[in-house]
Amino acid sequence: MILRLIFRRVLFLFVVIWCASSIVFIIPRLSKTNAIRERFAELSRTGGFSPDDLEKIIASYSKQFGLDAPLWQQYQDYLGNILHMDFGYSLNRYPMTVTQVIVTAIPSTLGLLLVTTVLSFLIGNFLGALSAWPKAPNWVRAMATPFVLLTGVPPIIMGVLLLFFIGFRLQLLPLGGAHTIGIVPDGSLSSYLDLLLHLILPSLALILGSVGGWVLSMRGMGITIQGEDYVNFAEHKGLTGKVIFRDYYLRNTLLPQATALALALGTVVTSAIVIEGLFGLPGIGQALNSAIRSNDFPVIYGIVLFITAAVATLMVAMEFVYPLLDPRIRNQ
Amino acid sequence: MADALHKSPILTVSNLEVTYYTDAGRAKALDDVSFTLNAGEKLGMVGESGSGKSTLALAMMRMIKPPGRIEAGHVFVGGTDLMALSDEDMRQARLSKIAYIPQGAMNSLNPVIRIGAQLVDALRSHGIRDSRAQIEERCINALKSVDLDPAVFRMYPHELSGGMKQRVCIAIGILLQPQVIIADEPTSALDVVTQRQVMETIDRVKNQINAAVILIGHDMGLMAQFVDRVAVMYSGRLVEVSTVREMFTNPLHPYTAALISSLPNLQNKGVFQGIPGLAPSLLRLPSGCAFHPRCTKMMEVCQSTRPLTRTLESNRLVTCHLYDAVV
Repeated sequence: MILRLIFRRVLFLFVVIWCASSIVFIIPRLSKTNAIRERFAELSRTGGFSPDDLEKIIASYSKQFGLDAPLWQQYQDYLGNILHMDFGYSLNRYPMTVTQVIVTAIPSTLGLLLVTTVLSFLIGNFLGALSAWPKAPNWVRAMATPFVLLTGVPPIIMGVLLLFFIGFRLQLLPLGGAHTIGIVPDGSLSSYLDLLLHLILPSLALILGSVGGWVLSMRGMGITIQGEDYVNFAEHKGLTGKVIFRDYYLRNTLLPQATALALALGTVVTSAIVIEGLFGLPGIGQALNSAIRSNDFPVIYGIVLFITAAVATLMVAMEFVYPLLDPRIRNQ
Repeated sequence: MADALHKSPILTVSNLEVTYYTDAGRAKALDDVSFTLNAGEKLGMVGESGSGKSTLALAMMRMIKPPGRIEAGHVFVGGTDLMALSDEDMRQARLSKIAYIPQGAMNSLNPVIRIGAQLVDALRSHGIRDSRAQIEERCINALKSVDLDPAVFRMYPHELSGGMKQRVCIAIGILLQPQVIIADEPTSALDVVTQRQVMETIDRVKNQINAAVILIGHDMGLMAQFVDRVAVMYSGRLVEVSTVREMFTNPLHPYTAALISSLPNLQNKGVFQGIPGLAPSLLRLPSGCAFHPRCTKMMEVCQSTRPLTRTLESNRLVTCHLYDAVV
């Protein structure tokens, strides 16, 4: 029973990844541009190439990257390579492989996104839950309002404002990059502290705008749950406010909010592209951005596939978490 | 029964008054409600929707939420005035002195935690510091006393039927052996067979702990079978309190009489006799007696003066000008 469920979910996961990889394969090829040709066209402008040689070089590189084969052949090879987790070489940063590009970019992005999403989830839900709770202190409600107002400010504007006031005017925090020049990311404590310092502003830019959404959804959820008969009966039972808040109120708002969290983790990558660009962070978003601009197919495939796989896996994992949160799902 | 009358009552409600402050004006949902109840006695509370039955229950539990407010009155349970308690003491009094069995048992249990945990937290919140095993035993005994299997302790609400959920609510209600139990339409969502079983369960556990029971509902047939006395409410006022037999054979208040005659009976099948008119809005109550526009025995005085509640022979209460001369 449970094995069948796992099998079905994993199968579903593969289908999702296959669909995504096919779409990713087709879209860049519709653009009719040839990454190798463009790269050499750029180089040839500086002179020193005869047109014949150029064609030969392009043909040879196309052969090397497998771009001269018919489309279906490329597709077949492509799927086969994905199965081996081999996305080939980056066209633009040769001889780096796509996997290497991803692996170097991942830690920064993962750290930034995970921390900011989870933090704004926690802060937002805490404020939202309390602002819907009649016995909550007034300062909580007072705090929730500015966050809700900030929801309207896009992360990129927030980032610019933070950079200007805190980074440039007050000079409290670094303006960009992941490390201060001269500090090598060698895994020492001081290099991590330096990284942390550089991540504060981008994190704030992502958090400040997203807390409000959680406050609103949690507040709405909280008001609904408080109208439920079981919360009422809990009060009739003479339970302490703390127990009602934790076991009857918060516990029941958790399931819908957990779903929303999983969805948010999937979409947050989009804002990462923007924020990483603004703050010059060497993350996945930045890598994807430059890959798109230089028609670096393999890197685009690799990153998009990686993100799809990560989000799809998260969703499947979520389905196994639900039963822990809600016993009503356990039997189905 | 004669003995019971001489005992001092376990529950005394006096001059209870609740007002809801709405945008459209003030609505007096409870107006000068007073009655008493002895240990082991069962009182049925009947009346149309909006007559104040549930408000009375909530007021006695001190669970009236804004925009409602308890304006005046006292609720004595075994000598303690609930209205005079601090919020924390009132919390402790709920379930231990006065318990409430909810209307919608289908949704009254927390869907995500086990039944057992919902009994245990009630005990823990009332300062019971026994060992886990002792508390569990106590809860399982409570479940057994309402005819539930001990296995229910480890189950979730969605695994139980409606009748079983209602029993769980009753088990919670009697956990701390309260002196007063208020059951607010405890059987309204159940089929008749389950209804009877649930009522019998309430009856039995009531006898075990000798509590006074207030049964709220509009099922007169159910009332006739299970309660000792019936209280009739109209527009937030108590219009009559009589024993079941007196009420069915010799109703005093014209509204009670109309209620009784509106019950279908076997003699004239298919003929339904309603009460003409509609229950008045609490925002615009008629002058004098609130029932006078619908009353068949309306007199001049009814339009101008509010009748007072009078105690007649055999301890019957009635609020009607017809009995002004009797006393």
